[in-house]
Amino acid sequence: MQSVTFTILRYDPAGGGEPRYQDFQVNITKPGMMVLDGLNQIRWEQDGTLAYRRSCREGVCGSDGVNVNGANMLTCVTHIEEVARKGRVVIQPLPGLPLIKDLVVDLEDFLRKYFTVKPYLITRAPAPDKERLQSPAERRRLDGLYECILCACCSSSCPSYWADPEYLGPSALLNVWRFIDDSRDEGAQERLDILDDHHGAWRCHTILNCVEACPKGLNPTKAITGIKTALLKRKF
Amino acid sequence: MSASMNLTTHRVGALVVGAGGAGLRAALEAGRLVDTAVISQVFPTRSHTVSAQGGIGASLSNVEHDDWRYHMYDTVKGSDWLGDQDAIEFMCREAPSVVIELEHMGLPFSRMDDGRIYQRAFGGHTSKFGKGEVHRSCAAADRTGHAMLHTLFEECLKQGVHFYNEFYTLEILLQDGVACGVLAWDMVRGGFHLFHAKAVLLATGGYARVFRTTSNAHICTGDGAALCMRAGLPSQDLEFLQFHPTGIYGAGNLITEAVRGEGGYLLNCKDDRFMEVCAPTEKDLACRDVVSRGIAEEVRGGRGCGPQGDYALLKIDHIGKDKIMERLPGIWELAMVFAGVDCTKEPIPVVPTAHYSMGGIPTDRFARVVTPGDDGAETVVPGLYAAGEAACASVHGANRLGTNSLLDLMVFGREGGRQMGEYVASQSSWLDLSESAGSAGMAEVRRLLNGPAQRAMGPLMEQLRLDMEMHCGVFRTESDLRELKGKLAGHRAAFANLSVQDKGLAYNLDLIEALELGHMLDVCSAIAEGALARRESRGGHYRDDYPRRDDAGWHKHTLAFLEPGGGVGLDYKPVRMQPLTVDSIALAERKY
Ligand SMILES: Cc1cc2nc3c(=O)[nH]c(=O)nc-3n(C[C@H](O)[C@H](O)[C@H](O)COP(=O)(O)OP(=O)(O)OC[C@H]3O[C@@H](n4cnc5c(N)ncnc54)[C@H](O)[C@@H]3O)c2cc1C
Ligand code: SF4
Repeated sequence: MQSVTFTILRYDPAGGGEPRYQDFQVNITKPGMMVLDGLNQIRWEQDGTLAYRRSCREGVCGSDGVNVNGANMLTCVTHIEEVARKGRVVIQPLPGLPLIKDLVVDLEDFLRKYFTVKPYLITRAPAPDKERLQSPAERRRLDGLYECILCACCSSSCPSYWADPEYLGPSALLNVWRFIDDSRDEGAQERLDILDDHHGAWRCHTILNCVEACPKGLNPTKAITGIKTALLKRKF
Repeated sequence: MSASMNLTTHRVGALVVGAGGAGLRAALEAGRLVDTAVISQVFPTRSHTVSAQGGIGASLSNVEHDDWRYHMYDTVKGSDWLGDQDAIEFMCREAPSVVIELEHMGLPFSRMDDGRIYQRAFGGHTSKFGKGEVHRSCAAADRTGHAMLHTLFEECLKQGVHFYNEFYTLEILLQDGVACGVLAWDMVRGGFHLFHAKAVLLATGGYARVFRTTSNAHICTGDGAALCMRAGLPSQDLEFLQFHPTGIYGAGNLITEAVRGEGGYLLNCKDDRFMEVCAPTEKDLACRDVVSRGIAEEVRGGRGCGPQGDYALLKIDHIGKDKIMERLPGIWELAMVFAGVDCTKEPIPVVPTAHYSMGGIPTDRFARVVTPGDDGAETVVPGLYAAGEAACASVHGANRLGTNSLLDLMVFGREGGRQMGEYVASQSSWLDLSESAGSAGMAEVRRLLNGPAQRAMGPLMEQLRLDMEMHCGVFRTESDLRELKGKLAGHRAAFANLSVQDKGLAYNLDLIEALELGHMLDVCSAIAEGALARRESRGGHYRDDYPRRDDAGWHKHTLAFLEPGGGVGLDYKPVRMQPLTVDSIALAERKY
C-alpha cells in the first residue's frame, strides 16, 4: 500500500503554544482519494484531536477551504495525487485569517465584510403576482457570480486583503456585483456608495490571485472591474 | 471543571434549530411576528440544502398546462399511498406561491425564452393523473439548492434574523410536555448554552448518513429524530429511506434525476436500456425506488457493468455538450472530479445511494409536532414544531418524488414559522425551567470528554454505516434485519464505553462526531425495528421475503419510541386519507 506524508499545521489555543507542524502518514486505500479523505483517516485512526471543517464533501458548502502546498483549495474536491510533491502534502489553514484551532480559522471578519455590501435583492417597484421576468441573456450575466460558496479561498489569497484590514476583498465584491448586475435589482446606487472608497473596489490592484484560488472557477477580478467601470460611469 | 464549561442562558421568543431551507424559511416567517433566533451546527449556507440539484416542484404551467391536483395525485401515488392526503393537498396547492415568493426574494432561476421560470421534467411527475408528460421542476441550472439556500440567507440578512452559528444542539427541553428551549454546545469556544424559548422549531435535516454509500453531507445524522426520541417523543416511519438510483460509483455523490429529465438513460453491461422493461411507461423517469431496484436487480442478475459487475451506466452525452454545459454544469464537474469521467463524451458509472429520509419527527399539516396522547394518536405537543427533512408530515409517505423536498421545506417552513410566531405572540411569559433542564445533554458531553480514550471512534462509525448498508439496504430480509439488530446492540455497548481523544473545548470535532454517532445509533435502532416489523414492501422499504404491498396489514404509519434500556418500542397510527377539499385518492396498485 502506498502512503503519503501529510504535514499539517497544528495549533491548540488551550496549550498557549505557537503553531507547529506535525507529520502523519496517510495510506492510499482507494483510487481518487481526496485530501479530506486523508484528514478523516488521520482523525479517525490516528489522532482524534485534529480539527478542520467539512460538511457536504462535494465542493458546494464551502466549509473546507485550506492552504495545500501554498495554494488555497477545498479539501473535499482535491485529489491527493494531484497535489502530492515527492510523497508529501503540506496543509495549513487559510492564510491571513485568525486561527481557532489547527485548520479552523475565524471567518467572522470575512463574513462581516460580505454582510456590509447588502448582498440581497433590493427592489422598489412592488412585485407582480407572478414571477418577475428576466431574459435568458440577462440571467446569463449572473453565471460565474451566483455560484460563490463563501469559502474565502480568494480573499485569503489576496495581498491587498492581508495588507488592509478594512478592504472588503474579492469575495464580498464578487457577491455585490452579483446583485448590481441582476436585471431585477434596484439597489445599485446605495451599494456603489459603499464601494466607492479606498477600502472598496479601488483597493484591488489586479494581482489576480483570487482568480487562481477560486475552486468554483469564478473570476472576482472581472467582477471588480465591472464595479470600477460602474463607479467611473457614475462620476462622468 | 474549566470555566468555559459553564452554562450561559439566553432568552428568545421563537427558536429555530437548523439553518437549511426549512429552518431559514421558518425563521423569516416567525421573525416577522416575534423575536426569533436560529442555531445551527454550521454557518447557514453550509447546510445540506446547498447540495440540492434538480429543482423545486410546482404546477406553474410555464411549459404546458399543469394543475396542483395532478401534482397531488403524483405525490400520493409516489408515496405508495403512505402519504397523508391533507398535508399533500396543502403542499401542492401552496407550491406555486412559495416558488414565486422565492423568485421575488431574488433566487436566480434559469429562464425560458419568454423570461419566465424554467421548468424541467422529473421522475414520477405527470400530467392528467398519470396520462401525460409534464415539466414541473423549477430549476436554477443544476444548483437549485445552492441558489435557494443563499437566497433565503440573504433575505434573513435583510430582515435581521439573529443567528448562533456553530452551536450544536444536545437536548430538547420539555416542561410537563410543553417545549421550552434547547441545550446547545458552542463548537468554536466550547461551553454549554441554554436557549430558553417560548417555542422551538426543529429543522435539523435527515439521517441518510447512517448508510455507507450516501449522497448526504457528513452532518446529516438524524439529530432531530434522535433528540425527540430521547425526550420521550416518537419518531415516525424511519424505516422508509430513499435510495436514489444514480449515486456516483465508489463515492455515493448524487447525479441528479434531472440528467434523466433532460434525456439521459441507464444501460446495463449488454447496452440494454433495462428500465424499458422494469417500467414500460415511465422508463428511466419512473419513481426512485423503482429505478433503484431496477439497477440492483441488474447487478444481482449478473448484468452489472465494470470488472466487478456492480454498477450501471448513465448516458447523457447524446444531448450534446452545449446543453450539458448550460443545464447540468454542476453534474459535469461532479462526474469529472469523483468518477474521472467527461460526461459529454462517456457514460457515468452509477449505483443506488442512500439519499433521503422519508421518516422523521411526526407533525400535522401545520408543522406542529404530534404524539399519542389525550387527543388521540395526533395530540399536539405545545410549542414544538418541525419542518423539512427532519419532519414527517407525512407528505412523502414511503417514497418521495424528486423536487418535493425543496417544496416541503418552503411550504412547511413557512407554515411552521407562521404557526410558531402566532403561538409565541400569544404566550405572555416563559415557562419556568426545572433544575434538571439540560442535565442529560451536559452529562453526555462530560462523559465523552472526561472518560479515558481507549479506542478511536472512526472505525465504529464506519462499521455501523457498513452494517446498515449490508443488512438494511435496497433489499431487506428477516434474517438480515435480525442479524443487524444483534450488531447494533454490540455497537451501542461499545459506544457506551467510548470517550473522545480530544479533551479540549475549542472546535472539538471529535466530540461533535461522537455525539452524532450516539444519535445515529438511536436512529438505526428505530430503522431496524420498524423494518423488521413491517412485513410488506412499500416504496423505499422492500422486503425480499414479503415482496408485495399489504394494505390490510400495513397501510399505517410506524411510531418508534426509545425505551430506557436502549431498546425500541413500536406503535402505529392510521394514514390520513381525507384531503382538505378534493376527493380521496383511493388505494390502487402502483405501476409506472
Ligand atoms: C445531492 C442532493 C441533491 C438533492 N436535490 C434535490 C432536488 O433537486 N430537489 C429536492 O426537492 N430535493 C433535493 N434533495 C433533498 C433536499 O436537498 C433535502 O431534503 C433538503 O435540502 C433538506 O433541507 P432541511 O432544511 O430539512 O435540512 P438541511 O438543509 O439538511 O439543514 C439542516 C440544518 O440543521 C442543522 N443541524 C442539524 N443538526 C443540528 C444540531 N444537532 N444542532 C444544531 N444544528 C443542527 C444544520 O446545521 C443545518 O443548518 C437533494 C439532496 C441531496 C443530498
Ligand atoms: S469567489 Fe470563489 S474563492 Fe471567493 S469565496 Fe466565492 S467561491 Fe470562494
